[in-house]
Amino acid sequence: MANEVIFHSIHLPESWKLENYLKAGGYDALKKVLAEKISPDEIINQVKTSVLRGRGGAGFPTGLKWSFMPKNYPGDKYLVCNSDEGEPGTFKDRDIIRLNPHQLIEGMIIGGYTLGAKVGYNYIHGEIWECYERFEAALDEARAAGLLGKNILGSGWDFDIHAHHGYGAYVCGEETALLESIEGKKGQPRFKPPFPASFGLYGKPTTINNTETLASIPYIVKHGGQKFLELGKPNNGGTKIFSVSGHVNNPGNFEIGMGTPFSELLKMAGGMKDGRKLKAVIPGGSSVPVVPGEIMMDLTMDYDSIAKAGSYLGAGSVIVMDDTVCMVRALERLSYFYYEESCGQCTPCREGTGWLYRVIHRIEHGLGKPEDLDLLESVAGNIMGRTICALGDAAAMPVQGMLKHYRNEFEYHIQHKKCMV
Amino acid sequence: MLSPESLKKIDREIAKYPDGKQQSAVMAALRIAQDEKGWLAPETIEFVAGYLGMAPIAAHEVATFYNMYNLQPVGKYKITICTNLPCTLMGVEPTVEHLKRKLGIGFGETTPDGKFTLKEGECMGSCGDGPVALVNNVRLCARLTPDEADRILAGLE
Amino acid sequence: MLNIEIDGKQLTVEPGTSIIDAADAAGIYIPRFCYHKKLSVAANCRMCLVQVEKVPKPLPACATVVTDGMKVMTRSETAINAQKAVMEFLLINHPLDCPICDKGGECELQDLAVGYGTGASRYTEEKRVVFNKNIGPLITTDMTRCISCTRCVRFGQEIGGIMEMGQISRGEHVEITTFIERSINSELSGNIIDLCPVGALTSKPFRYSARAWELTSRPSVSPHDGMGANLTVQTRSNRVMRVLPRDNEEINECWLSDKDRFGYEGLNSADRLQHPMIKRSGAWHQCDWSEALEFIATQLKRIRDEQGEEQIAALASPHATLEELYLLQKLLRGIGSNHIDHRLRQSDFSADASLQGAPWLGMSIADLGQLDSVLVVGSTLRADHPLLAWRLRQAIQHGAQLNLINPVDDDLLCPVANKVIVAPAAMVDALDQVLRALAGESADASAQAIAASLKGGERKAVLLGNLAQHHPRYAEMHALAQQIAELTGAQFGFLGEAANSVGAYLAGALPTGGGMNAAQMLDDPRRAYILLDVEAELDSYNPAKTLAALQSAQLVVSLCAYKGKAPDYAHVLLPVAPFTETSGTFVNTEGRAQSFSAVVKPLGESRPAWKVLRVLGNLMELDGFDYDSSEQVQAEALAGGIGSKLNNALKAPVAHAAGSASHGLQRIGEVLAYHADAIVRRAPSLQETADAKTPAAWMNGETLAKVGAVEGMDITVRQGGEGAVLKAMRDDRLPAGCVRVAAGHPATAMLGGLMDEIVVERAGS
Ligand SMILES: Cc1cc2nc3c(=O)[nH]c(=O)nc-3n(C[C@H](O)[C@H](O)[C@H](O)COP(=O)(O)O)c2cc1C
Ligand code: SF4
Ligand code: FES
Repeated sequence: MANEVIFHSIHLPESWKLENYLKAGGYDALKKVLAEKISPDEIINQVKTSVLRGRGGAGFPTGLKWSFMPKNYPGDKYLVCNSDEGEPGTFKDRDIIRLNPHQLIEGMIIGGYTLGAKVGYNYIHGEIWECYERFEAALDEARAAGLLGKNILGSGWDFDIHAHHGYGAYVCGEETALLESIEGKKGQPRFKPPFPASFGLYGKPTTINNTETLASIPYIVKHGGQKFLELGKPNNGGTKIFSVSGHVNNPGNFEIGMGTPFSELLKMAGGMKDGRKLKAVIPGGSSVPVVPGEIMMDLTMDYDSIAKAGSYLGAGSVIVMDDTVCMVRALERLSYFYYEESCGQCTPCREGTGWLYRVIHRIEHGLGKPEDLDLLESVAGNIMGRTICALGDAAAMPVQGMLKHYRNEFEYHIQHKKCMV
Repeated sequence: MLSPESLKKIDREIAKYPDGKQQSAVMAALRIAQDEKGWLAPETIEFVAGYLGMAPIAAHEVATFYNMYNLQPVGKYKITICTNLPCTLMGVEPTVEHLKRKLGIGFGETTPDGKFTLKEGECMGSCGDGPVALVNNVRLCARLTPDEADRILAGLE
Repeated sequence: MLNIEIDGKQLTVEPGTSIIDAADAAGIYIPRFCYHKKLSVAANCRMCLVQVEKVPKPLPACATVVTDGMKVMTRSETAINAQKAVMEFLLINHPLDCPICDKGGECELQDLAVGYGTGASRYTEEKRVVFNKNIGPLITTDMTRCISCTRCVRFGQEIGGIMEMGQISRGEHVEITTFIERSINSELSGNIIDLCPVGALTSKPFRYSARAWELTSRPSVSPHDGMGANLTVQTRSNRVMRVLPRDNEEINECWLSDKDRFGYEGLNSADRLQHPMIKRSGAWHQCDWSEALEFIATQLKRIRDEQGEEQIAALASPHATLEELYLLQKLLRGIGSNHIDHRLRQSDFSADASLQGAPWLGMSIADLGQLDSVLVVGSTLRADHPLLAWRLRQAIQHGAQLNLINPVDDDLLCPVANKVIVAPAAMVDALDQVLRALAGESADASAQAIAASLKGGERKAVLLGNLAQHHPRYAEMHALAQQIAELTGAQFGFLGEAANSVGAYLAGALPTGGGMNAAQMLDDPRRAYILLDVEAELDSYNPAKTLAALQSAQLVVSLCAYKGKAPDYAHVLLPVAPFTETSGTFVNTEGRAQSFSAVVKPLGESRPAWKVLRVLGNLMELDGFDYDSSEQVQAEALAGGIGSKLNNALKAPVAHAAGSASHGLQRIGEVLAYHADAIVRRAPSLQETADAKTPAAWMNGETLAKVGAVEGMDITVRQGGEGAVLKAMRDDRLPAGCVRVAAGHPATAMLGGLMDEIVVERAGS
């Protein structure tokens, strides 16, 4: 069941080339849509049936999101693909663009058709420059082949896609910060509502989806939503790419069905490095609460199962830690990240992330005080739910997770001024 | 202020956006300007702002918000090393120590010969290949052990 | 309408209202920092978090729109906890240096911290320090105190029309700043001082001079332009320390121009005249009031009796109060002369006979912001009328079209739909072209476009600015503009130059009854002149001619708050009180009379001019000078009301002569914003701004080459006798054959007519 939807053709040499994608059945879905004049409503129904949930982290049902776009809007509408992948532990979108850009392009074109968009933009993380160039080359190929641009495949319908690069700001992965960034401003998130579906890029109705979400669309259109759903499990349709990093022998991306046990994923990733003991897993990218290894071994990889354990599947980014890891040091580095990446706009995040980092930094450097742990919990709690965007929550959750499961390590650090491990 | 080639590149970026929305090209324009000049001096930022019809301070906001712009001169090779948790788990610390020792500089510093700048970076979306580093914002180097780092340095002329 | 409940109070509100606005209207206070009723909602400070029933997280009241049946709790535990947490975050990096902070006592953060802060700080880490910036002569920064509410940034983008402040960097490192320590040059910049909820941006002139609680606040009205912005003047020990806006939605909203705000510095100038002075045998002597006034009365009587009342004339500043202007004309007319005028910068009076009333805006100030299309003729809008310019920008933000016929093409900070930038001499033709276009005759493309713009839309206006009113062919322009307005159904109006441009007409301070107008009085000099608030060489259309006339007179009486250059040509100097030291009335450009009282006692021996004129009337043994108060004067001056006396329409058409081609270079002599009246000229901080630069001789590249000059070179410009040595500067937006040389400044005070011929020579040649 691996590599069924998105990575199906990456075993081919130069899988990113149009000719190879075409050989593997690429653009069939688009051709079908245009030839059979499948209605946008029908496509949205198929996406709903598939229970494709947004792969950018929040897991919002894509079909539902698409249905929010105003149908008879008189002006321009936009489709935006979020390839800003900056969440520590996540590197799946990079491989989609690198190895199978045309499937993303096909997904975006079908998305543009379904949503009535005039133009699509793909916002690509600035640090993966080669992917940006590869994506632009793929766009050129698609245009030259009449798959993109004016009068696509002779249908009389126009749609174009452009690449926009980030340049080093994690917060631009947040969808409204990303829109601001495309508009040529600093990437400070907008207050919602209004949501992008009514006030998006340049103030126009806009749908924003993650790279993997959009790259799943051709499969759903080609094979039907039900088939996609069945690749996963109820309420968690399809396959999902899991990025596994940390203390494993074979880190990388693994496209597997939703609901696959974590233990199997760990095996695919070559098992624990040096045969050490699994201590903890951050299952959905650095922003979600940590899950102790023994709990993790009983979970399956899907939104519902991980949520039950008090964490989130997020973007499916699995950071594996063995028993040599000091949780104080790990949290210090994560807290530094949010401190560095806060956009600085709203008070709790701008001020709170620095406070969290400094206290944890102190503890790590042997200057902790017994009251610090309650303080950390209180400050994290004061950030949670009170910020403009979810970066505030993302900064607070790792702190809360670590203190929940590993408070003893922090206490030890404060008392003995050194690591427990 | 910028070469005709750079301006041509910027024009190509402007064309991606709707009429009147040329400000959207500011990130690309600053990147192109930086590629030509090595860093973004105030007058370069002001030139880009003027070219796109935006207030200089608005372009300055952008230049200071995104990490990959150099607001100070940097060495010929700027090496940005990801030290985030996944790369740390995958062993970036010895490599960082090695590079600092070998080049005799810390993060945010440039070698006296102006050849190398070391910079601490955040997640580059390539954790599976960790530890990773980025040379001059474009070339991503994977599995950066101290030995691999030496090989890369040797290849940078 | 929606029914909601806030803190148990049932309220009915309009759909689209935010919780904070609903609460404000109901008198329920929700704490806030970033929210401001005139700015877009940023929702970044999070101080206004409140609890909404059935919503798990607290919501920002400023950004949350009410829904029917919504129940809001602003003081529940959830709400208070959230507010307290935000306050704690705001304070951890705040220096808490209230004792040395200029905002102390009037700081929103300080006020709220008392209610929401906790005693001891839980933050024991090092505090952030932000480097200070020098952003010009008007605003002091102390950026460590900044709480990043971004009100100042939004002000620039949304109201000021120019983004000079920004927030750079990100996260905890964000800083509010200008581009690399540039100074702020907006003519509305001072408003960010009021907007700043903390002491990060404070007034530089006011710095460290007083604590807020030591000041007494009194209402007043700005004397600097035709708008009549409402002021709060703050004083201590009989001295004006600071000026702040007083909210008036119909006039200045909550804003002030920098001229209104910082002009007060001129009140405390060393050049203030503090005693009456008399020139005897060529030397100046201090004297007391009775000596001075008796001398004047004696001299006036002598001249009247020996040479006839026709030899006595008066020139008044339109910045004087209604009462002063009224009494001055009453005095003159009592003496038997009708030679009085306040239109000192006007040069063409040929429409006077056709005037039917006082020229005014033709609509309310607030209506300017609602226009769909407007044609502005002859105005340096931002300099002459900073807040009217904002009203027009407001209209443009709502989609209005601005059309312009002007000799200069300054940046108006908003899109201009159509513009005709031509030499002053060609402006009449440009108007005529628009009229032709409206009549369906052939006309040039820009005129067609302006005509089309004025034909479309519902609310439109044709407005004549200061440059048009000073223009040598003003009467024709007046007539043409009136016809354009009639044909398009537009309102027709004038942008009033001075505080009492309308009031002076109502007071009768003009030569009705066959008197000489300001130009005639100079062409055919009189033996005696009474000057009210006039600095002759700076306030008139033709300074050289004005000075010559005054210098030839037997008696020149200067009633003025300042000495200035008056000792060079006057015989008696009478120190009269500026607007802060007298009661009085300004009738603004929309015809609204606004009275004010003195906020401090007159300086030295200064006296309110209305009292001085009253005594002069008595000494001249004239009837009807027995007033007890300025209110009595006002009542008499405005008897019959104002509305019926406002009228822009000319009775009879004015002949439109075909453009007389001028051979030489033509001067474009606009009046510099910070030199437009006697008070601002002496406001040191305003004089340090970029807008107050010494005038230069601006020409387009072609003209510059023609006169053999290059940019930056010193040249002499000459109109008649003396010349001014100025820097030649290049502005390619200027029409060919024109030299833009500003007036109102000592450097150009020896020149002639504002829009007359001018000669350019290489300096020294
Ligand atoms: C701080 C922050 C960072 C985010 N980064 C990303 C990202 O890198 N890529 C992404 O697809 N979504 C990211 N998101 C989620 C997006 O806001 C948005 O939910 C997503 O792109 C929607 O696409 P989907 O519905 O297809 O998942 C981020 C959200 C936050 C709050
Ligand atoms: S939560 Fe942080 S990143 Fe998000 S808007 Fe607020 S300051 Fe910016
Ligand atoms: S006033 Fe609402 S968030 Fe600042």
